[in-house]
This record gives sequence, C-alpha cells and structure tokens, in this order.
Amino acid sequence: MSAVESVLEVNNIEVIYNKAVQVLRGLSLSVPKGQIVALLGSNGAGKSTTLKTVSGLLALENGELTRGEIRFEGKPLAGSKPHDLVRAGLFHVMEGRRVFEDLTVEENLVSATYALTGRREAKPDYELVYEYFPRLYERRTGLAGYLSGGEQQMLAIGRALIARPKVILLDEPSLGLAPLLVENIFQIIARINAEQKVSMLLVEQNASVALAVAHYGYIMENGKIVTDGPAERLASDQDVREFYLGMGGHGEVKSFRDVKHYKRRKRWLS
Amino acid sequence: MDFDWLFLVEIFLAGLGAGGLYALTALAFVLIYKATRVVNLAIGEMLMIGAYLCFGLATAMNLPMWLAIVVAVIASGMAGAVLERVAIRPMLGESPIAVFMVTVGLASILVGVVELVWTSEPRRLPEFMPNTPVMIGEAFVPPKVFYGFLVAAALIAVALTVFRFWRGGVALRATASDQQTAYSMGINVPRVFSLSWTVAAMIAAIAGVIVGAVGGISSTMGVFGLSVLVVVIVGGLDSVLGALVAGLFIGVVESLAGGYLGGEYKLLATFLILIVVLMVRPYGLFGTHEIERL
Repeated sequence: MSAVESVLEVNNIEVIYNKAVQVLRGLSLSVPKGQIVALLGSNGAGKSTTLKTVSGLLALENGELTRGEIRFEGKPLAGSKPHDLVRAGLFHVMEGRRVFEDLTVEENLVSATYALTGRREAKPDYELVYEYFPRLYERRTGLAGYLSGGEQQMLAIGRALIARPKVILLDEPSLGLAPLLVENIFQIIARINAEQKVSMLLVEQNASVALAVAHYGYIMENGKIVTDGPAERLASDQDVREFYLGMGGHGEVKSFRDVKHYKRRKRWLS
Repeated sequence: MDFDWLFLVEIFLAGLGAGGLYALTALAFVLIYKATRVVNLAIGEMLMIGAYLCFGLATAMNLPMWLAIVVAVIASGMAGAVLERVAIRPMLGESPIAVFMVTVGLASILVGVVELVWTSEPRRLPEFMPNTPVMIGEAFVPPKVFYGFLVAAALIAVALTVFRFWRGGVALRATASDQQTAYSMGINVPRVFSLSWTVAAMIAAIAGVIVGAVGGISSTMGVFGLSVLVVVIVGGLDSVLGALVAGLFIGVVESLAGGYLGGEYKLLATFLILIVVLMVRPYGLFGTHEIERL
C-alpha cells in the first residue's frame, strides 16, 4: 500500500450487535493522511457499522467491538467516548444527513462548535462553511427541517467543517439526491479534501462517483474486505465494473434485466 | 341580574397566580423530558424537597430567609444531579415504563426522607414576602400569590432567553432532537442530561419555596406535581410553550372551579380537561406528534 503515513487504521475488527448478530468479521482498512478512501459495498455489507465502530456511536445501538483495534493517529481508540473522539478530530457525518430539524441552520452549525472544546484554535469559522455552501448562508435563519435534501447534506458537511476535523467519516452523502446534486456535492467534497487537508473515509453505494473522487478504495461484502486498490484500478476492474458500476464486461451499460441474474460469479468468491 | 364581576376577576387573578407556579414547575418537567426523554413523576417531590431544605435551613440553622432560599436552591440542584447519576443514568436504554417506574419510586423515597427528617406534620415557612395587599384595579390579590407570580414569570423569561441565546441551549435542543447526532457533534450528552436535572431541580425548588410560602409545606405537597403532570400532558410533554399556556390555563380553570363550585371540584375540573384534550389531541396542545406510550 501507499507509503504515506496513515491517520486512521482499522485492524481486524469484529462487531456483534445485541450479543447475537455478527456484522463485521475481521475487517481491516487504513486511511492515509490527506487522502479520500472509499468504502464500497452493497446493502447490509456493514459499511455504516464500520463507520459507527470507528466513531464510537456503535455502543448507542447495542453493538460491541469484540476483537481487533482501531488506531487514530497511532493511538488506540478503545473505550473513548464518542464526544471525545469528535473533539480529538474524528468527525462522523452520519447516513441520512441527520440535521437537527427544529434548529435553524445557524444553530446546527453552532452545535458543531462543541467539537472545538478544549482545542487551541477554538474559534469557529462560519465564513468557511458559507464559502463552500453559499446556499446555506441564504437560508441560515430558517429551520433546518425545511431545507431540501441537498441543502441538508450541505449542512451536514458544513457542521463537519466547523469541527475542523483531521478525518471525516462520510456516510452516503449521495443518499436520496438527484444525480446533478450528487455530482455537485462530490465536487465540494473533493475540494474540501484538497484545500482543508482533511482525510476522509467515504462510504457509498454510488460506486462511480465515489471512485471518481477517492484515491483508494475498499470493497466489502458480508463484514469483510474482499478487494482493495487505488481508485483508478478499482474503477477499471472488470468485476467492480460489472457488480458495482452497472457496466457489462465490455463497457456498455447493461440493462437491469441482465444485472438482476448474475451470470458470472464474482471472482473473489471463487 | 347582578353578577359579581369583581369576584370573577379576583378568582381569575388568583388562578393566574397559581398557574404561574404550574407553568414554572412544568418548565422543569419539560426540561428533563426534552433532554432525557424521562417522564419524571417525582417532580412534585423534588419541589417539596426544595421547600423543606429551605425550611430546615431557615429554622434549624437560623439562616436569614434569602440565604436559606439560595442555599436550598443550590443544594436541590446538586441533589438533582445526584438523583440523575444514581437513579436515572443506569436506566439509560431501558424501556420508558421502567424509567417511569423508577421516578415513581424516587417520589416515595423523597417523601420518606422528608417524613423521617421533619415528620409528616404540616409546617409554615417563615414569612419573607411583603405583606401589603396588592390591588389591581379594584381587585384584591393576595400579596404572596402576586409576588410568587412575578418571580415565576421572571424565572420563566430568564430560562427562555437562556435556551434561545446561550450555546448550552443549542446543545440541549440538539440533544432533545437527536441524541446520536448530538454525540457526533462533540456534545457531551451525559453532561447535558446531568445539567438538565440540575437546572430542573433548582427551578422546582424555587417553585417549592413559593408554593410553600403560599400554602404551607407538608409531606403531601408533592400532590402539586399531579396537577403539573396534567399541565404538561395538556401542553404536550416536550413543548415549553405548551407548558406555559397550559399552566396558566389549568391554574385559572382550577381557581374558577374552586370559586364557583367548591374546592372539591378543582381536581375534577383539571382531569376533565385532561380527558377532553387527550381525546382531541393525544399528543397535547403543542406537543410533537409522536406519542410516548406509558
């Protein structure tokens, strides 16, 4: 793998929900400093669980990390409280945007200033958010619940910007958005990564946009990584193209009927 | 036909006075409910503890009344934090009914403590409010009711301003809106819990001192909490505005029922309102349209 120092490292973790259902089975990945790493996979593969394990929100859902370890900037995270992790620079933008609907846009941003507690550069930079998302500035006094889906996603990312994290865990920013908006959001994600030097672990179902901005990618199935590689290589990999990008083996877009019955087994299942 | 308008006005004003205290206590209840989703049946008993602490400090320790009040309020706040930590926090993630039952138990423990320390005999708080009669127009308002209302109104105003403009208010409302996301913003959610219980206990203590000054204190004054429960259910469990409006409304209705029909009709009237409101709007007048099933 890359020689760049990794800011986040997940080693061989296993996660069990309700002491009964095993969701992650020895998953490992690493996020190099300053890069975007995409974590792809189908529904129920355990992508969101991976992020929640890293950010410590797992315990709130009765999940438990039973094996393996997670290192953030070289230090093991075991037992850290979720809010302390955020303050240390690990920010989780959860799936489904999760804006505080009965707070205004501005108050939503203010809520993220708690992430700056105990830091030296403790002044929140609202200008920065409004620079990336001018739309939010126009609607800053309105309730977040009345924003459109795209604007809510902008707000969710804006809160992350306020927190000035070292790593953003980004869960499905494309969820429920129109294709044009998805492209727009991902452009901004790439810009934030480049300009703010924030590393990102990006979970997506929309593999093509994710691989377009990511430097490196992992593909997971049934709780573990099945393949990984630099984003360009994954994007041109035949299996990935067929199963995640919806392309036929020869590059043409397949009709849904063909996609439905897998004719070929995935090579890594062999 | 000569209807006694003055009597009506006086009863109405007295009702507003009582309603202010309902609203204040309901605010404490809503604060806890919003932050922690706990239906706290012990709110009346927390109010009682505040009043008794004040009584104990003023009589046994001979503190001047204003100092006794301040110390009692601070002590109540600490007691609230302790209660949250030892009784409520361990119940995190349990079913709402289980937590609800814990608060019921908490209520009887608090009553027990009061009876052990001060016996169940009714007591009088030392006088501390001005005694000159207050006249609004021609209507006479008992001075204690009048000043009690002023204090309640001022406190409510302060609380509302704080929620609106202080950053901690944002943290509280964020936690109320979505706990998991609040965590992911770096908000120390357990601290918000603890803070909400502390502040609620302090508010309840102030209400307790005023209620005690008006009607005396006894180990059964927690029954006041029953009317407050009606207030918050009518107003909507999680609505501050609902608590205020319903508080004044219930206060006036109780007072009217007491004045025209007799004291025994007070509770009848309030619970009648409760039933009607629950039939028409099960989530209360201003509550979120999501029903907590108990």
